[in-house]
Amino acid sequence: MREKSRPVLVRLFGKSPITPLQKHMEVSRQAAAALLPFMHAVIAEDWPEAETHADLIYAREADADELKRSIRVGMPRSIFSPFSRSDLLELLDVQDKIPNAAQDIAGLMLGRKATVPPAVAQSLIEFLETSVQATQLAAEALDKLDDLIETGFLGREVTEVESLVVGLGEIEHKTDLIQRQVRAELFAVERDLHAIDVMFLYRVIDWIGQLADEAERVGNRLLYLISK
Amino acid sequence: MEAIAQYGTILLVLTVAFGFFMAWGVGANDVANAMGTSVGAQAITIKQAIIIAMVFEFAGAYLAGGEVTGTIRKGIVDPELLAETPDLLVYGMMAALLAAATWLLVATTFGWPVSTTHSIVGAIVGFASVGISVDAVKWAKVAEIAASWIVSPVIAGTASFLLFMSVRRFIFAAPDPYIAAKRLVPIYIFMVGFVVSMVTLTKGLKHVGLVISFQESLVYAVGCAGVITAIGALIIRQLKVSERDDPTRRVEGVFAILMIFTACSMAFAHGSNDVANAIGPVAAVYGVIDSGGLVAQTSSTPPWILLLGGVGILAGLALYGYRVMATIGKHITELTPSSGFAAELAAATTVVVASGFSLPVSTTHTLVGGVLGVGLARGISALNLRVVGTIFLSWLVTLPAGAVLAIVFFYIFRWIFSV
Repeated sequence: MREKSRPVLVRLFGKSPITPLQKHMEVSRQAAAALLPFMHAVIAEDWPEAETHADLIYAREADADELKRSIRVGMPRSIFSPFSRSDLLELLDVQDKIPNAAQDIAGLMLGRKATVPPAVAQSLIEFLETSVQATQLAAEALDKLDDLIETGFLGREVTEVESLVVGLGEIEHKTDLIQRQVRAELFAVERDLHAIDVMFLYRVIDWIGQLADEAERVGNRLLYLISK
Repeated sequence: MEAIAQYGTILLVLTVAFGFFMAWGVGANDVANAMGTSVGAQAITIKQAIIIAMVFEFAGAYLAGGEVTGTIRKGIVDPELLAETPDLLVYGMMAALLAAATWLLVATTFGWPVSTTHSIVGAIVGFASVGISVDAVKWAKVAEIAASWIVSPVIAGTASFLLFMSVRRFIFAAPDPYIAAKRLVPIYIFMVGFVVSMVTLTKGLKHVGLVISFQESLVYAVGCAGVITAIGALIIRQLKVSERDDPTRRVEGVFAILMIFTACSMAFAHGSNDVANAIGPVAAVYGVIDSGGLVAQTSSTPPWILLLGGVGILAGLALYGYRVMATIGKHITELTPSSGFAAELAAATTVVVASGFSLPVSTTHTLVGGVLGVGLARGISALNLRVVGTIFLSWLVTLPAGAVLAIVFFYIFRWIFSV
C-alpha cells in the first residue's frame, strides 16, 4: 500500500530508530567476531584461509557503513522518539568504530602478511577473545532497548541493562590487563624480530584494545540514553 | 412547501439512502481506526475486533448516539428560521449528507486523513450559511464544536500520558510487576466500565424512553462497572502464564485482557459519537416530512433511524472496514498492550464524554491525541509528528470542501424539486 493511502493511524507510527541501530551493532559485532578465526589463520600462516575471513570482515564493515548512512538519512527531525536524535547519532558513531577497527586490523595484518611470534600468540588470542566478548555484551545491552521503552525505563529491565554495562566495564578492564601482558611478552622478544613488523604488531594490539574500549563506550552511551 | 407534500416519500427514501451510504463510509473507515490499536497491540484478532465492533458500535449508536444526533440535526442550523421554508431544511440536509459522503470518498482515494465529523459539520454550515442565510447558523454552537475538535485530542493525550505514567509507576516499577498488574488492571477496567455506563445512563437512555436521576445513574453506573470489573477479574484469574515467559511478557498478557475491554469501550464510544454524522441529517429530514412540513424541534430521534445508522456502520465494516483494520493491525506493531490500552482508554472516555455533552468530535483524531500522549511519556519508539500537521491541514481543507459541495448539491436539489 502506498505510504500516502495508509490510514492516518499507521502513518503516525514512525520507523523505530532503535531497530536499525541494533542491526548496525549486530553487523559490527559480527565483523569483530570474525577477527578470531582470522587471527588463528594468521598465526597458522594460512593466508588463503585468513583472506576468506578478512573478506567477511570487509563485507560486514561495508554493511555497517551502508546502515550508518541510511540511519542518518532516515532520522528526520519530525520523528518524535524517547531518545534524543543527537544522542542516537552519537551512539551510532561510537558503534561504527568497531567494524572500522576490525577492518583496520584485518587489512593491516593481511596486507603485511604479518607473522605473530609464538611467544605472544596465546596471549594475543586471549586478548582478542576478551575484546570480542565486550562487543558481544554491548550488542546484548542494545537489544534490551525495546524492553526498556515498553517498561517505561523503570524496574527490572533497567537493572539488567545497568548490570550489562557494569559487566562491560569489567571486561574492558580485563582487556587492559591482558593488553599489558601481551605488550610485555612482545617486548621480551622484540629484539629478535624485524623492527617494522614489531612496530605494526604494537599497532594491532592497540586496535584490538580499541574494540573493547568502543564496546564499553557503547554501553556508557546507552546508560546516557536511558537516564534522560 | 408543496414539494414536501408532493415528493415527501421520494425525498425521505433518498435521504435514507444517502444516510446509509454515509454510515457505510463511517463503518468502512473510522471503525478500523478505532479498533486497529487493539489489533496492532495483538490483544485481539481481526475477527474478534469485528465481532466486538459489531456489538458495541451498535450498542453505542443505539444507547448513547442520541445526543450528538440532536446536535447535527438541530444544533447547528436554527430550525426556527426555517419554520416558513421547511423544504429548504430538507434539501439542505440531503445536500449535506451527499456532500460529506462524496468528500469522504474523494479524500479516502487520495489518502487524506479527513474526519466524517468535520465533513458533515462543514457541509451543514455551508448549506445553511450560503443557501439560507448567515444568521441561520448557530455560530456559538459551531464555535463550541470547533473548539472541541482541538480540546478532545488534547484531553485524550493528557489522559493517556497520565495513564501510561501510572502503569510505569505502579506496575513496571513494582518489585513483582506481574502481581502488581493482576491487582491493578481491574481498577482500569472499572474506570472503563464506569465512564461508559455513566454516559449511557445519564445521556443515552432518555432516547430509549427511560428517565433516571443523576444520583440513581451514579449508583447504577457503579453497579455496572462493578459487574464488568468482576468479569474482568475472573478472566485475569484464569490467565495461564508459563514460568518460562519473562516477566514483561506476563505483564503484557494481563494488559491484553484489559485491551479487550478498552476495545469494547472504543467501539461503543465511536458508535455513540459518529453514528450521528450519518443519521443526524436523516432524523432532521424525517422530522419535517413526518410532521407534514413542520420543522419539529422537540421530538426525539426515532429508534429506527438509530438502527439504520447502526446497520449502515456494520455493513461498511463487514464489507470493507476489515481490510483497513488488517492494514492498521499489521503496521502498528510498535504498540504493546500496556501502551495501547492507555491511548485507547483515554480516547474512548474522551469521546464518550463528548457524546454525553452532545459534541461531535473525531474519534480518529482523539485517538491520535491518545497515542501522542503515550509517546510523550516515552512509551513509543518513534512517532511521526508530520501526521499532526497533516491532520491540521485536513481540517482546513475539509471544512470549506464539505461546505462548497453542500452548497452545490443544495441548489441542485432545490432546482430539481421546485420545478
